[in-house]
Amino acid sequence: MSTAEYYTGGEPIADTKAPAGPINERWQTRRFTGRLVNPANRRKLRVIVVGTGLAGASAAATLGELGYRVANYCFQDSPRRAHSIAAQGGINAAKNYRNDGDSVHRLFYDTVKGGDFRSRESNVHRLAEISTEIIDQCVAQGVPFAREYGGLLDNRSFGGAQVSRTFYARGQTGQQLLLGAYQALERQVAAGTVELHTRHEMLELIVTGGRARGIVVRDLVTGEVATEIADAVVLATGGYGNVFFLSTNAKGCNVTASWRAHRQGAYFANPCYTQIHPTCIPQSGDHQSKLTLMSESLRNDGRVWVPAERGDDREPGDIPESERDYYLERRYPAFGNLVPRDIASRAAKAVCDEGRGVGPGGLGVYLDFADAIDRLGKDAVEAKYGNLFQMYERITGENPYERPMRIYPAVHYTMGGLWVDYDLQSNIPGLFVTGEANFSDHGANRLGASALMQGLSDGYFVLPNTISDYLADGPFEAVDEDHESVAAALGAVNERIEFFLNNDGDRTVDSFHRELGRIMWEYCGMERTDEGLRKAIGLIRDLKAEFYKRVKVTGKAAELNQQLEKAGRVADFFELGELMCIDALHRTESCGGHFRAESQTEDGEAKRDDEHFSYVAAWEFAGSEPVLHKEHLEFEYVKPTQRSYK
Amino acid sequence: MKLRLRIWRQSDAESKGKMVSYVIDGVSEDASFLEMLDVLNEELIADGEDPVAFDHDCREGICGACSLVIDGQPHGPQAATTTCQLHMRQYSDGDTIDIEPWRAGAFPVVKDLVVDRSAFDRIIQAGGYISAPTGTAPDAHAVPVPKADADAAFSAAACIGCGACVAACPNGSGMLFMAAKVAHLGLMPQGQPERHTRVLGMVAAHDEAGFGGCTNTGECSAACPKEIGLDVIGRLNKDFRKAAARAA
Ligand SMILES: Cc1cc2nc3c(=O)[nH]c(=O)nc-3n(C[C@H](O)[C@H](O)[C@H](O)COP(=O)(O)OP(=O)(O)OC[C@H]3O[C@@H](n4cnc5c(N)ncnc54)[C@H](O)[C@@H]3O)c2cc1C
Ligand code: FES
Repeated sequence: MSTAEYYTGGEPIADTKAPAGPINERWQTRRFTGRLVNPANRRKLRVIVVGTGLAGASAAATLGELGYRVANYCFQDSPRRAHSIAAQGGINAAKNYRNDGDSVHRLFYDTVKGGDFRSRESNVHRLAEISTEIIDQCVAQGVPFAREYGGLLDNRSFGGAQVSRTFYARGQTGQQLLLGAYQALERQVAAGTVELHTRHEMLELIVTGGRARGIVVRDLVTGEVATEIADAVVLATGGYGNVFFLSTNAKGCNVTASWRAHRQGAYFANPCYTQIHPTCIPQSGDHQSKLTLMSESLRNDGRVWVPAERGDDREPGDIPESERDYYLERRYPAFGNLVPRDIASRAAKAVCDEGRGVGPGGLGVYLDFADAIDRLGKDAVEAKYGNLFQMYERITGENPYERPMRIYPAVHYTMGGLWVDYDLQSNIPGLFVTGEANFSDHGANRLGASALMQGLSDGYFVLPNTISDYLADGPFEAVDEDHESVAAALGAVNERIEFFLNNDGDRTVDSFHRELGRIMWEYCGMERTDEGLRKAIGLIRDLKAEFYKRVKVTGKAAELNQQLEKAGRVADFFELGELMCIDALHRTESCGGHFRAESQTEDGEAKRDDEHFSYVAAWEFAGSEPVLHKEHLEFEYVKPTQRSYK
Repeated sequence: MKLRLRIWRQSDAESKGKMVSYVIDGVSEDASFLEMLDVLNEELIADGEDPVAFDHDCREGICGACSLVIDGQPHGPQAATTTCQLHMRQYSDGDTIDIEPWRAGAFPVVKDLVVDRSAFDRIIQAGGYISAPTGTAPDAHAVPVPKADADAAFSAAACIGCGACVAACPNGSGMLFMAAKVAHLGLMPQGQPERHTRVLGMVAAHDEAGFGGCTNTGECSAACPKEIGLDVIGRLNKDFRKAAARAA
């Protein structure tokens, strides 16, 4: 069936910055061909960095160290609270400290394959190369990684990797890495190179003379709306998983910065690629406001199972071994419980759909540590996972040492994002995008412990090098407050705020967000169909119309107003949700986290269609009928094969 | 369950606040404390009233945003648990719960239950880091760190910067927060070169921000959701004495 009624086809797009030549020389080549900015001139160049997560704080700190003048924004009360803080499991690096056969090439290979051949080889290779420098950098900052008795760094294997290349700091790796970046950032604040603006939200991008030149921000305490002008703008604003309302993301995570840039012309790439994480605590009721991840590292020692028979509602301890189905071990003997996330999630959905799920509503599977406790002892298990077990018990009231955990998949990460070239520059000159906000190096599926790696690679090492090639043409012409583009951006923001506060509605923002989330989860979640996606687009359009008619926002503009903040974010989620469904609808193949029921192998695995879909889908904003630009993907080094984890 | 909530309402930093009573019914014991407040806010909005403002983000006990004094205790009654991780099964039908913001001279109230904790960032700016500009690092294995030191550093670094220690302290001191950072960095070999300037700078910034002095009441550590121990304060005092003597 044609999907053409939902979008129009545009010109293909190419990554003009990616160097040619042997893959292991490309990054070096680009650094050499990119122009530099003389240290004395850096002081004259102003860069806005929106976001203080791993990707933003590392970029702002490094640009400050280089001598640029940086303005750094976040909506939380402190940069240290960015959502990166919540990452648990670890960060990958091809150090091969274990001598277990790891190498830059293997990390590159695993990432391209793990991404189901929907990422760029050049970018991924660069990421694998830089991975080792990241660990060096973080250790120098004093990040307290886990160590062995000899004093050297400990590693573990993580999420489908057959080598131990994951560095970690107990179950709080993201926290420790972010604190390292945050401290480097605060050091630059003290040095006067970075100006920090907390509790500020970017609400519009300012594009002047074809270049990204600034942003409109709202001070979340006073409500004041103001502009900030610079020579370049970096968005490091994180992922958009909260379009589903329930996800493992922090409550404040949103798409507004990216979406506003998209409406100003920046292409949004692969919006439908979402990662559903297999090990989250299942929903407990209608009050649920978020879902909590139980680190994937648990699958190293926990065994996943459900009752062999449907409707078996005995206590887990009463179900004998012979009546349990360790379905991952059964279906994927080579990888067992360690299959990649998309596969583990779909397998959990499949057994629950068969009626073999456990817990409330049958939406859960067991993650059992009984064998691990027998084998290693309770103390060893506690040393490894104690904080996670504690968190599980607080939330569920159940003791996982005695009763298997119940887990269920939840939205976790978004591989899609603003389209960028090899320099991390969007198609709007001067707009750079780093971290989860860009469409990234993970293709259609991200491997565990690779987001932290990518955020820090982008922020510490890639962007500070590539942005100089753009800034070498600056400083750009002064832009003042009454410039047409600035006034228009400012006007648009004020108009939206006025609209929400004056709308005579009767339904809360959250009620709309929840309903949108349910539509997205049902039709654009773990399994997608042509019919379902068409239906979802209609439902979203109707709900959006109702939102503008009935949404009720209390309070005033000139005050701290959390409802107003939410309303703007949800408004943007509506438009994003629609684009995600259109993207998912047009991509009739299955790949990575995008599973189209119509495209599966005989035994129910995802079936890619390389002939027709070996491209990045970069969408241009054009109202309700977006324009599709395709960036063709070449694979010279890793030959596309059907992924198999059997 | 049905609960009576008495919540601190204050429209902005300048206004005077007061406790206001609300009754909420049908609270699920599986809901978290903040989810209970979400439900209250939905009801308030429906009635055309201003919802209660409170800080929160991760709702997993790690970002340090949530910050409520519940029945007089920062983060409420459960040990080693942030407000967002506190669940309603800790309460019973008919309970009355008092909910107030952090109260401390260095943390002015912004609105309702939201306070300004930027003084913590200023303490970090004054030395809570290791100077290691990007690109200058040696190989990660160049300097081994004894496991015991690395583990102790990690335990101190587990601080989430929520400020419960300050809210719990009768003097409104930020000592535990500051000492946790001094201990984390001071336990790592990489942190040695700046060990003395760090502690002097941070203590000066702490005092300037209006935090009170430490009189070893221990309330801070008892309230800490990450169970940071009082030993870090001993370490800071020792480092401070040495550094001050050197500087003299
Ligand atoms: C629970 C959990 C566990 C995870 N565990 C792992 C793991 O073990 N390993 C791994 O590799 N990855 C993990 N991930 C993924 C990883 O943490 C994220 O992808 C990554 O941290 C994102 O970093 P970021 O810097 O791009 O964005 P974020 O950390 O989300 O930061 C976004 C920043 O942008 C700011 N911002 C956003 N919008 C605006 C706006 N409009 N105006 C102003 N500021 C704005 C925010 O204030 C914030 O400072 C995990 C994710 C979750 C949810
Ligand atoms: S909301 Fe993050 S610690 Fe409570």
